[in-house]
Amino acid sequence: MNFDLSKKSLTEVNSFLQKIDPKSNQREFVIKNPLGNHALCAGLQDEVQVTIKGHVGYYCAGMNKNANIIIEGNVGTGVAENMMSGLVHVKGNASQSAGATGHGGTLVIDGDASSRCGISMKGIDIIVKGSVGHMSAFMAQSGNLIILGDADEYLGDSIYEAKIYCLGKVKSLGADCIEKEMNEKEIKHLSSILKAQNIKADPKKFKRYGSARNLYNFKIDNVSSY
Amino acid sequence: MCGIVGIYLKNKKYNKQLGKLLTGMMNNMASRGPDSAGFAIYNKSSKFKYTVCLQNNFELKDLKKLLKNKIANAKYKVISDHVVIESSSKPEKTIPFLKSIKQIDLVGYGKSIEIFKQVGNPKDVVKKFSLNKFSGSHAIGHTRMATESAITTDGSHPYSTGEDECLVHNGSLSNHNNLRRTLVKDGIEFKSQNDTEVAAGYISNSLKNKTSLKDTLTNGLKDLDGFYTFITGTQKGFAVLRDEIACKPAVIAETKDYVAIASEFQAMAHLPDVNKANIYEPKPGVVYSWGS
Repeated sequence: MNFDLSKKSLTEVNSFLQKIDPKSNQREFVIKNPLGNHALCAGLQDEVQVTIKGHVGYYCAGMNKNANIIIEGNVGTGVAENMMSGLVHVKGNASQSAGATGHGGTLVIDGDASSRCGISMKGIDIIVKGSVGHMSAFMAQSGNLIILGDADEYLGDSIYEAKIYCLGKVKSLGADCIEKEMNEKEIKHLSSILKAQNIKADPKKFKRYGSARNLYNFKIDNVSSY
Repeated sequence: MCGIVGIYLKNKKYNKQLGKLLTGMMNNMASRGPDSAGFAIYNKSSKFKYTVCLQNNFELKDLKKLLKNKIANAKYKVISDHVVIESSSKPEKTIPFLKSIKQIDLVGYGKSIEIFKQVGNPKDVVKKFSLNKFSGSHAIGHTRMATESAITTDGSHPYSTGEDECLVHNGSLSNHNNLRRTLVKDGIEFKSQNDTEVAAGYISNSLKNKTSLKDTLTNGLKDLDGFYTFITGTQKGFAVLRDEIACKPAVIAETKDYVAIASEFQAMAHLPDVNKANIYEPKPGVVYSWGS
């Protein structure tokens, strides 16, 4: 089934996709002429496959649950923000805050992602085949940020328990983020995520970064301050 | 919030459609800034062009009377409450005279630039000024959601504080009062309490001292404190700068015929061949320039 956003309103298209008849076998949709519209495919909850042919605006596929959304173009700020499950695949570049606060599911970006990619992520897997901008994985709590390119300044600033794997160069690490051992268990873990998305990259060549746990853990030395 | 847009033509293919292209860009950014709007169009002339805004029902015939024998062979183009006066009279003599007339407000001047700005929804403002009829080499536009100063024409962008210069801004500056005091001492005049006008004055002051536009903007990274995406226009082209935190959005689309910049891709979705364009975000703290 096809939608053309130059002929149908954004609300009409989103409303239709948000309320799929459970008995319907119609599960594949194509959206043409997205024209940079915001919040396209936000709040989808059903097992559907949506292909968007072109560039979209902010918060595309936000809060996604179960849907498989492919964007054949670039995305604006906050793609797949607060995603719960499912797959969002961006074939172009992503603007800032990609996958922000995502709880689950997988976000794959074929190009670059700009600043604050994976900010406050809470369980999502984000795979960026290009590079990420500054302050990516800022305050990231859980999940995996996998970068096949480089990372800009302050990677993983104030990070909690999310894991960062980077194949390229890291310009600088943020507060409380350190390089961690890439042992067999980690290689196996990374390998399974890459394999699930058919990404051919050698997991042994990645470096792993995570929390030094100095910033968010209570230190007994400070007990007299309270 | 605010929306900023700009388009620079690399060749003459779309010269006559420049205004039409910018109209679409500004209309699509109306939601980012419904309070006021303005635009600067660059179209080279052999004479000087002085854009003035008529105040308080002052009419063209009154202006003509005042300018008679003062400005050589003046030609007048009236669009809404703005008048573009074209003349061979040089700015050194003309500007002090124009500034002395209380019933008009000098919006900008130069051999290329024409500036139009007004309070109201951008969609109405571009219609009032018939932006779609303009031709030229490059253009910059702004849709304003007021934060730092009142919703007035004086508080609207673009700001022009030098010959063929203009600036539009999405963001807010926090050290503009201090910087304004310093610039006033250097002889820069300001009309409003607006933060962007200070940034425009900062750029003019630096260019006046023969610093290149690229170096001026690079120095701006340390002198201008706050959040910003700037587009600054000169006679030859324009430059773009985002602060190092880069909270304020910007996206660039480049084809063999043009370079377009906007706060959101939505503003550019109607541009010719945009789906084949090289689309990217300007990196924080890096000066991008075309033509200038």
